[in-house]
Amino acid sequence: MSITNLNIKDPVLSIKNLSVSYDGEKLAVKNVNADVKKYSITAIMGPSGCGKSTLLRALNRMHDLYPEIVTTGTVQLNGEDISEMSNIDLRRKVGMVFQRPNPFPTMSIYDNVIAGYKLNGIKQKKSERDEIVEKSLKDVSLWNEVKDALLKKGTFLSGGQQQRLCVARALAFQPDVVLMDEPTSALDPIATSKIEELLLELKKKYTIVLVTHNMAQAARISNQSMFMYLGELIEYGKTKEMFTNPTDKRTEEYLTGKFG
Amino acid sequence: MNDILKKGKFKREEKNPRMVKNKLFHRLVIFLSIITISPILLIISKLFIKGFRQINLSFFTETAPDTFMAMTAVNNGEIIPGGILNGITGTLFMVIMAAIIAIPLGILIGVYLYENPGRVYANIIRDIADILQGVPSIVLGLISYIWIVKNVTSGYSALAGSVSLSIMMLPLILRSTEETLKMIPTSLKEAAVALGVPYHKILLRVLIPTGFSGLLTGILLAISRVIGETAPLMLTALGSSVVNYQIDKPTSAVPLLIWEFYNDPNMVDLIWSSSLFLMGFVLTLNLISKKIASTRNAF
Amino acid sequence: MNSEKITKGALFIASLVIVLVTGGMVLSLVGGTVPVFSKFGINFLFSSDWNPTEGREEYGALSFIVGTVLTSVLALIICLPLAFSTSLFIGEYYRGKRISKIIGTLVDLLAGVPSIVYGLWGFYVLRPFIVDLGLSSQGFGIFTSGLILAIMIIPYATSITSEIITLVPNDLKEAAYSLGATRLEVIFYVIVPNARSGIVASYILAFGRALGETMAVTMLIGNSNKIPGGLFDTGNTMASVIANQFGEADGLKLSALIAIGLLLFVITGIINALGKFIIKKLS
Repeated sequence: MSITNLNIKDPVLSIKNLSVSYDGEKLAVKNVNADVKKYSITAIMGPSGCGKSTLLRALNRMHDLYPEIVTTGTVQLNGEDISEMSNIDLRRKVGMVFQRPNPFPTMSIYDNVIAGYKLNGIKQKKSERDEIVEKSLKDVSLWNEVKDALLKKGTFLSGGQQQRLCVARALAFQPDVVLMDEPTSALDPIATSKIEELLLELKKKYTIVLVTHNMAQAARISNQSMFMYLGELIEYGKTKEMFTNPTDKRTEEYLTGKFG
Repeated sequence: MNDILKKGKFKREEKNPRMVKNKLFHRLVIFLSIITISPILLIISKLFIKGFRQINLSFFTETAPDTFMAMTAVNNGEIIPGGILNGITGTLFMVIMAAIIAIPLGILIGVYLYENPGRVYANIIRDIADILQGVPSIVLGLISYIWIVKNVTSGYSALAGSVSLSIMMLPLILRSTEETLKMIPTSLKEAAVALGVPYHKILLRVLIPTGFSGLLTGILLAISRVIGETAPLMLTALGSSVVNYQIDKPTSAVPLLIWEFYNDPNMVDLIWSSSLFLMGFVLTLNLISKKIASTRNAF
Repeated sequence: MNSEKITKGALFIASLVIVLVTGGMVLSLVGGTVPVFSKFGINFLFSSDWNPTEGREEYGALSFIVGTVLTSVLALIICLPLAFSTSLFIGEYYRGKRISKIIGTLVDLLAGVPSIVYGLWGFYVLRPFIVDLGLSSQGFGIFTSGLILAIMIIPYATSITSEIITLVPNDLKEAAYSLGATRLEVIFYVIVPNARSGIVASYILAFGRALGETMAVTMLIGNSNKIPGGLFDTGNTMASVIANQFGEADGLKLSALIAIGLLLFVITGIINALGKFIIKKLS
């Protein structure tokens, strides 16, 4: 049972009765209903296997890659059903950052940032591209560190820098929503806190949905939090309220560390 | 481990029959290993010693001598004139044709297998490729004889030779393509998907470039495998005394020339230099591909 | 997605090619066998008559089947102790050390030597050696061919076996050492039993390679069409008879050679499938 005590007007994402199954029988995500608020960070947390990544990946139709996965229900992006959009359009409006930093190893830093445009064959003037690259790298506070090394391959950067590069790559399209799947779990604490700072800045201009297995992270930076357990959305509310006064017993048990 | 036992308190263990057997076995292993590697050392040194003096510039620029010229030279104690140009050009010609057939096909099928890992049909394809890989090269020569020599070019031809070589190369390229792609982390592919990149672009501009060194290694190994083949060419390309670039006519190849030299008592001295050249070429390709494999980009 | 469908379709069509090629191979071989098979029937496999004279043609593959089996089995017997020792050297005794890399590279080089070069070396070096030993008057025959085959298949057996040996879990070996076992005992009571199927598979695959080897055998086996009477007798293998006698063959003789090619295809196919099957079961 999902309990929501939010009132979101004009949600950027609207999830209705979303269920996902990996084999057509057992449901990894069960009937989730939620709206996502614009220009804020919404965290999805819960123990391992609760379906949080599965839910996230349904939002940019990543599951289309795997024909055995069955998705039912609807997701609306700014009122439009995402299953009726072409997935190329969808993915320009909903970007994704992955758990392990994964810049394209054969491309330079510059090309990595602009990869979305280049690989889609979008013709642009060099000046347009330069602008996009500079803006994206500035948005992730990487510009000063790499501006003289733009043509080098991204693999020499540290883990944290590579992850910021991946964020820049996702931001290059100026998407409506940025999905992040445990973006800091492969990083050391210092790199993690830098990324968290970055997210707090980014939420002023972007909507972020963040899956995290670290509830302290959710508490630190998110505005709203979803708690999932065994595929169900148990509770969804303002982060501060949920952490201090959880409504559902299971939420309380998770937050007090009774189960991981 | 055995040293610890020997070092101090267990002196009587040294005479223990188990320890003796252990030591003897160790020595036996070393001895047999030395025997195992001796043929390669013997072969390479033999080729070098007997073949080196025959290699000069004309070796690469002139075609094989005829038996009369060879006989005269041998009688006069001179180095046999001529070279193996017709063999070199023939080999290059047929290998390049074989590569043109096998490389695109092999990569496409390798990509197909990579994209459809669990499917029954894909497993069948993989098994068929394994079967094909194990077919003796002479049988492939028979096949190419039936298909091309008899039905397409009505006679021995370079095309028939290339076809037999391409069938040999195909499974090797196919498997190495699949293996290379499998080693690329899926998150890279997913990152491209998340950027809305269309499918064929993901293949052409992300997956294949990232796996490039692995693919190249597979191709070079496949080429080094077929360059030294004689048997299938005996049944398809037959050989030629001139440099020949026509696909519907017989052509020479280095191994075929070696076979001809071997069978002609006057030309026998030429076998060592040609073999040295052939082996050198194969080994160089192997070394290059090993080098590429080891300096591969970390993903 | 239109472009996606097209791309996937193209990949699928590419995969069909390999099915067609292999199927076509089988069909062509079988088709080419029909003339000789319809004349001699199943007796073809059991007759050692081989007479190409026109008007009285008789063909039977038995001599060559026997020749193939003899040379390959002999090769396997000779290869076994050598490859096994080398695998132990690389995979156990000197594992990870520089000397292993050197030995390993040298063994790999063996695989890179073209068959015809082995034949030449066998002809000009091994053969006189065997003649000097008084084992045979000319040096041709089953033994010489088997010997050169052994050398040729050693790298295949060694590379797989040495890798399988390194995969035996360390804690099993340590448990045995902690009970006071010597290295020899660890090898035979722990490593070999654990690696048994992989080792067997590697020798099966090496055997499969020996069956199909052509040039080196062609140059050393003596090209006679009877069943070899002894180890130092001459003969022919299925592969070498095709190479040796393809020359002007046509009509019934060609059909007989194609039939032998089909036989070779089937036998090597089965042996290789067996070896790969065992390896698959391991992983």
